[in-house]
Amino acid sequence: MLTKSLKKQNKELANAQRQLEILSNGIFGDKELPTFAKKIEETGQFPLRPKKLEVLQINLGYMCNQVCEHCHVDAGPDRKEIMTRETMEKCLEVIKNTNASTLDLTGGAPEMNPNFRWFVEQASKAGIEDFIIRSNLTIIRANKKYHDLPQFFKNNKVHVISSMPHWTRGKTDKQRGDGVFYKSIKALQELNAMGYGMPGSSLKLDLVYNPSGAFLPGDQESMERDFKKALLEDFGIQFHSLFAITNLPVSRFLDYLIVSDNYEDYMYNLVDAYNPVAVENVMCTNTLSVSWDGFLYDCDFNQMLGLKVASKIKHISEYNEELLNNRNIIISQHCYGCTAGAGSSCQGTVIPAKAGIS
Amino acid sequence: MANDSYYDPKDLRKFGKITEWSEELGTKFFDYYGKVFEEGALTAREKSLIALAVSHVVKCPYCIDAYTKGGLQKGITKEEMMEAVHVGAAIESGATLVHGVQMMNKYDKLSM
Repeated sequence: MLTKSLKKQNKELANAQRQLEILSNGIFGDKELPTFAKKIEETGQFPLRPKKLEVLQINLGYMCNQVCEHCHVDAGPDRKEIMTRETMEKCLEVIKNTNASTLDLTGGAPEMNPNFRWFVEQASKAGIEDFIIRSNLTIIRANKKYHDLPQFFKNNKVHVISSMPHWTRGKTDKQRGDGVFYKSIKALQELNAMGYGMPGSSLKLDLVYNPSGAFLPGDQESMERDFKKALLEDFGIQFHSLFAITNLPVSRFLDYLIVSDNYEDYMYNLVDAYNPVAVENVMCTNTLSVSWDGFLYDCDFNQMLGLKVASKIKHISEYNEELLNNRNIIISQHCYGCTAGAGSSCQGTVIPAKAGIS
Repeated sequence: MANDSYYDPKDLRKFGKITEWSEELGTKFFDYYGKVFEEGALTAREKSLIALAVSHVVKCPYCIDAYTKGGLQKGITKEEMMEAVHVGAAIESGATLVHGVQMMNKYDKLSM
């Protein structure tokens, strides 16, 4: 079980530049597989350009109470990168004026940012249509000071999205650490008791499923059916939607693929499952990602790879939505993760499941 | 390409290439194959478990790789996978053992 981030361990793959080299060389460097740019060029989709901005995703810091094996953020208790109140204030100015309809807070565990509650209270006043907090569930049980988070979420009418890799203990604990499964179950029951995830409730509770290993997620609808049945029968838990998310070959998941000798096969799987229809709706075309230090990225994955937006506006302090929308999206081979099968985004698949792709 | 083994896991990626040497039959086969595994009276999940059991019975290493991964993708647990393998094994050993009746018949016929 992992206890330290790649950064803390001084691992080679803590370096974003090294990750980009790996993704550009090998099977892609010797043209055994087409690069992502080449692939989208075939269907006239290069360069990838933004559409209307819909989601502003803000990463409040890389500190987390968990050290998940697949984490593309390389988050963990040893990560000290945390958004300051000053940067949050700049974000709030943007939140008040943006045309985006969704505000999405992520991390790390965003709740561990010391100014988290203040920020959420301020942001909720902006009247954004869908205000999401990505909560890992165990944080609610991690320490007394977090026990009232379900009530806090309810008070601020936020939409909670949480990760749950499987409905069985073994798979969840293997990916996320010992004890994570039962803590998550307890947290979900508390959220249910608060009204979250109940049928017809306006308190939205969605779950994220991402595979615990070197394979792609199955059909989102079937997985949702299986999750709902098992969690209700075994634990009386209810939730609204399940989002099936593909693991992208970035950071700890890339490290895992290489160490377990699954990298080539996984990339073949992603390229084989490439779906040009998914490119049309890929997340980076309607999202902007803000890092803990206020820089802007096309998505959270590009943030972790250190690929700032290709615009003269690079920081939240100089934010200009119109200028930012006039940019090319930066791509590399990790992008195949968002275009495989029915596609993948922070909101799950991007098109209805396509027959023949399993 | 030097290869001292009859089976190379990477060959599974090339399966589709069989169509290059016989386009009509290859295409018909893959169309049929794809159709078989769609959701029908049986779910794709049930079909995946049947395929995994049969893969073991026909001892196809490519199929075992493919349907183990396919099972993981569908959220099938390792307990379910192993039970499916036992179903295949039980039928296979049953098929051997039921011939014991033939042996017994022959034995009795030949014996005084």
